Amino acid sequence: MTPRRKRFVLIGLGLVALAVASALVLNAFQSNLVFFYTPTQAANGDVPQGRSFRIGGMVEAGSLTRESDGLTVHFVVTDMAKRVPVTFKGILPDLFKEGKGVVAQGQLSANGAFLASEVLAKHDENYMPPEAADALAKAKTVGVQSSSTLVVNPR
Amino acid sequence: MIPEIGHYALILALCVAVVQGSLPIYGAAVGNSSLMAVAKPAARGQFLLVLLAFCCLGYAFAEKDFSVLYVAATSNSQLPLHYRLAAIWGAHEGSLLLWMFILSIWMVAVSFFSTQLPEAMRARILGVMGLVSVGFLLFMLTVSNPFERLIPAALDGRDLNPLLQDPGMVIHPPMLYMGYVGFSVAFSFAIAALLGGTLDAAWARWSRPWTTVAWCFMTVGVAMGSGWAYYELGWGGWWFWDPVENASFMPWLAGTALMHSLAVTDKRGGFKAWSVLLAIMAFSLSLLGTFLVRSGVLTSVHAFATDPKRGLFILVFLAVVIGGSLVLFAWRAPRVGLGGGFAMISREGMLLANNVLLVAALGSVLLGTLYPLFLDALDLGKISVGPPYFDTVFLPLMTPAIFLMGIGPLAQWKQASLPTLAIRLRWAFGVSLATAVAVPWLMGQWTPLISLGLLLAFWILATILVDLRERLLHAEGGSIGGRVVALPRAYWGMVLAHCGVALFILGVTMVKGFEVEQDVRMNVGETATIGGYTFRFDGTQQVNGPNYVAARGTFHVSQNGREVTVMYPEKRRYFVQNQTMTEAAISPGLLRDLYVSLGEPLEGGAWSVRLYHKPFIDWIWGGCLVMALGGVLAVSDRRYRLAWRRKEAAVPAATQMARQTVS
Repeated sequence: MTPRRKRFVLIGLGLVALAVASALVLNAFQSNLVFFYTPTQAANGDVPQGRSFRIGGMVEAGSLTRESDGLTVHFVVTDMAKRVPVTFKGILPDLFKEGKGVVAQGQLSANGAFLASEVLAKHDENYMPPEAADALAKAKTVGVQSSSTLVVNPR
Repeated sequence: MIPEIGHYALILALCVAVVQGSLPIYGAAVGNSSLMAVAKPAARGQFLLVLLAFCCLGYAFAEKDFSVLYVAATSNSQLPLHYRLAAIWGAHEGSLLLWMFILSIWMVAVSFFSTQLPEAMRARILGVMGLVSVGFLLFMLTVSNPFERLIPAALDGRDLNPLLQDPGMVIHPPMLYMGYVGFSVAFSFAIAALLGGTLDAAWARWSRPWTTVAWCFMTVGVAMGSGWAYYELGWGGWWFWDPVENASFMPWLAGTALMHSLAVTDKRGGFKAWSVLLAIMAFSLSLLGTFLVRSGVLTSVHAFATDPKRGLFILVFLAVVIGGSLVLFAWRAPRVGLGGGFAMISREGMLLANNVLLVAALGSVLLGTLYPLFLDALDLGKISVGPPYFDTVFLPLMTPAIFLMGIGPLAQWKQASLPTLAIRLRWAFGVSLATAVAVPWLMGQWTPLISLGLLLAFWILATILVDLRERLLHAEGGSIGGRVVALPRAYWGMVLAHCGVALFILGVTMVKGFEVEQDVRMNVGETATIGGYTFRFDGTQQVNGPNYVAARGTFHVSQNGREVTVMYPEKRRYFVQNQTMTEAAISPGLLRDLYVSLGEPLEGGAWSVRLYHKPFIDWIWGGCLVMALGGVLAVSDRRYRLAWRRKEAAVPAATQMARQTVS
């Protein structure tokens, strides 16, 4: 092979590697991105069906109940506008508390309850996951708008 | 008074850094050796000043000086002394001081171990490091001052995050920073070479030991972070693909690629521009990692908005360092020239493929880490990119890289013959394939991933054995012992590091394939059995720690009716931040870990409990340690010490010549 042809082969191989890597990345992105929704969006049904997503907000005070197996828990996530009941089987993270922020990942069941596969523990030191804070802030601004205008559709 | 001395020392250090970053580089450009000679004393003086500042902050922590804002924010009067000192790097401002301190340590090291370098080269290297430290010192002094006063003083501090009150967290950040900042040496070598326009094999030989040492620290640092997550977060995972972890993993990947590319530059004079680019990349990612973790962007991109000056400074600093060095690269790299030619099937070719794969993997991690941040910053919605993304991308990219890792060391430089390689490696392939089939069959559980993992791990080990046998047969030195000594230490270092990778893969495969995890509710006296071990819960009792109160559970573990161990997991509540913490109990073993952590108290003294049986998990970190040891062994090779004196291009070691003529 002449050096010139060899360079072309090298460049070609590099491009192939790049293409394979991008294909992998895009494919993995497509199927593994997890979107975040607020309780208001979940209650209005603006969420994907049959696909995992995250919701965040406050754990409503007094809403935590535990089934007799000691592991299955029910609680309500709220953004102070809408409430979403959540069911989770497993051990809750240390930072989980009623009246504090939470983020849960899972799917919406047919009856509107959220079946969580994971309740996230990684909060910042103010016990408020950023997504949850964001959901609360959004619900608040929407609430303010709806009090001043009659027709409000944030979408 | 003491904090003001520290502050003043930082200002003086900045002045020294400005001198160090300008005069020697100018001196090297015009050939004025008295200006170049400024570099050494400046680096040492800067080290003393930063050391003074560091000690001042340490003193403020030791003396509980809550009139210093940073001390009040990250420590507390009840915090034990060793954690108070570790709190120096418990948050943003202090971590930067630690970063700066470690940079000055590396600078002093360069000033001492560079006596054999040409004077202009040394002046440029120390000059570039001086410029980096100008950036960091300016950042600290303008927007992130650890010595800022809090007046009136706080009565008590807000305490160090309980998660960080752990021996692992005491050493993890300094280790990791030694790695991060260590890449600044490789970076400075690269920039110095671009400035001077001389990029030869000698340059690579000088950079290699520095890069390898930094890489060793980095490996240990990342492994320690992973180990900490395993025992401290209480849910038994060892890698979450969390942005904080990715931030340390990306420079590691770049550093790994750099080490291998430097090997080609050193031995064959090839890949010069590529090595320089990788050095720039590794250090840029180290900077990015430092800022990602410590600036609060990850908790919320809008943290920038709360202190826009800080965010702006970071972005400008990153732009100057990365942009500036890339511009310099684009301007000067074409003068560097190409190394010797090589065929596709050759050691160079395989190392090139390894580099491409590592960089592709690095790119996919970078994308997965930064993409959610970009979307969030642009208000395009919140997403998270979880472990499944990284797993699906990483595995297919790493599999061929690891396959090549087995062949590469056996292939000749310049041109290798594929059929010969296949014949030399047929036994290795057979053995690894047989293991990949037999082990899952014996364990009675099979998934494609278990077989793939075993195949790769045993492929590495078997090819190493083939290579070792061939080299020992052709080594001089008579007896086996003599032959072992005759092989260069750099070679043994590589063997050890590659074995480390095999151990790591083995650990990951066994844990992923055979771990048993169970969340159960346990009454007092009740038993649960997983992985052949029976756990009996004997209730909890209250235990008082220095700054926490804990419920400590007692678990008697037995196997086949024989008691194996007693485990005491705790649920702690730290007073100051009123934060609950799970302290898992782990019974480590060569072949398995038993892991118990307390969930929540239920009625009647019962608890929800996590019970894990994790086979071979310690091999993951053991593998990393072996990799790092391999690096240390390689650095101790004689050729680097001789290289300080001899500058001409290296002749491949006699043993390799011998082997090449045979095959």
